[in-house]
Amino acid sequence: MKAKHQRLILALVALTGVAGAGVLAASALRDEAAYFRTPVEIKGGKAEVGEAMRLGGMVAKGSIERQADGLTIRFVATDGKASVPVEYKGIVPDLFGEESGMVADGRMRADGTFVADRILAKHDERYMPPQMGDMPKNMKAPTA
Amino acid sequence: MHAYANPTRFLAIAKPLTPWLLGAGLLLVLAGAWAGLTMVPGDYKQGETARILYVHVPSAWLGMGGWTSLAVAGLVQLVWRHPLSGIAARAIAVPGMLFTALCLATGSIWGRPTWGTWWEWDGRMTSMLVLLFLYAGFIALTTGDDSQRQGGSLSRGAAIYALVGAINIPIINRSVVWWNSLHQGPSITLRGSSIDGALLWPLGLTVLGFSLLFGAIVLMRMRRIIADNRVAARLRRLADDEGI
Repeated sequence: MKAKHQRLILALVALTGVAGAGVLAASALRDEAAYFRTPVEIKGGKAEVGEAMRLGGMVAKGSIERQADGLTIRFVATDGKASVPVEYKGIVPDLFGEESGMVADGRMRADGTFVADRILAKHDERYMPPQMGDMPKNMKAPTA
Repeated sequence: MHAYANPTRFLAIAKPLTPWLLGAGLLLVLAGAWAGLTMVPGDYKQGETARILYVHVPSAWLGMGGWTSLAVAGLVQLVWRHPLSGIAARAIAVPGMLFTALCLATGSIWGRPTWGTWWEWDGRMTSMLVLLFLYAGFIALTTGDDSQRQGGSLSRGAAIYALVGAINIPIINRSVVWWNSLHQGPSITLRGSSIDGALLWPLGLTVLGFSLLFGAIVLMRMRRIIADNRVAARLRRLADDEGI
């Protein structure tokens, strides 16, 4: 066997080993590296009252209610399987709205409401011209 | 491949190719930027801020593509000891790091109005920042005393570092799929694009344009490293002749 081939095999074996280690590390991080928890995870008991965490989900249609003080809003965050009511006092980003994604920093209150200290809007992967944004959802299939 | 082991042969192709890559790249980037800023509509939801994608996406592609080529060059150096591989790796590192930084900066500028934050430690952003640090580490490893190595080849340590660092590339790519993240999922996949065609086409121009510019920068830097090596070799010979 030529030295060149030996080096090639050695490099490939080492690379496979390192790639395997990377995949193991990444899958072990699966839960820890998640940026937020979803409503179904929180309902499934993955949240303690008062524990600092992030909640991510869609703002349910028709759920945003502005309170009388003009600053506090309440809405329902959903992932399609479960939903969690959220309360937030402050200014929300421009892109925050019903039927779009959001991520909230905060903690669960004993009554099952998530009290947010901060709200970020999450953008989805769709980009389209404004006139198409007004079309009904089922016509917005990506043009490939 | 080994036909180009001789730098003179490589230069005979690289020299005339550089101005063509540079000119075509600049033209395409300018055309893509013009189209992206004036000819296409804004996004239905983000409005005008979406236009930053015409710089952000090519930057991300070149930052990640840069490290992929760096790793291939490292492998070629380790296994075949090809004389141009070390030179290529050294030449790629600086523009690769530049585009990674540009990707992080444009992402941050976009994130403020869109998400409401300049920076969050989600999977995509963190792994991209790790790529920036990997580039910085590689540049530190291959400059200074190490740049005096004969023929510009990489040390074994630097070549292994380039290979191991490549693990981060699939992690960046999959970060928005494996972990829920603030960054949106992939818009352009093998199954098609969820960026509407009306907004997508200038992106093709800028991706190709920045890629050609990247190629031109790499060729210019490779030529410069080869020239430096020749100067160093000549000085060594002169010193030997005079018995200093």
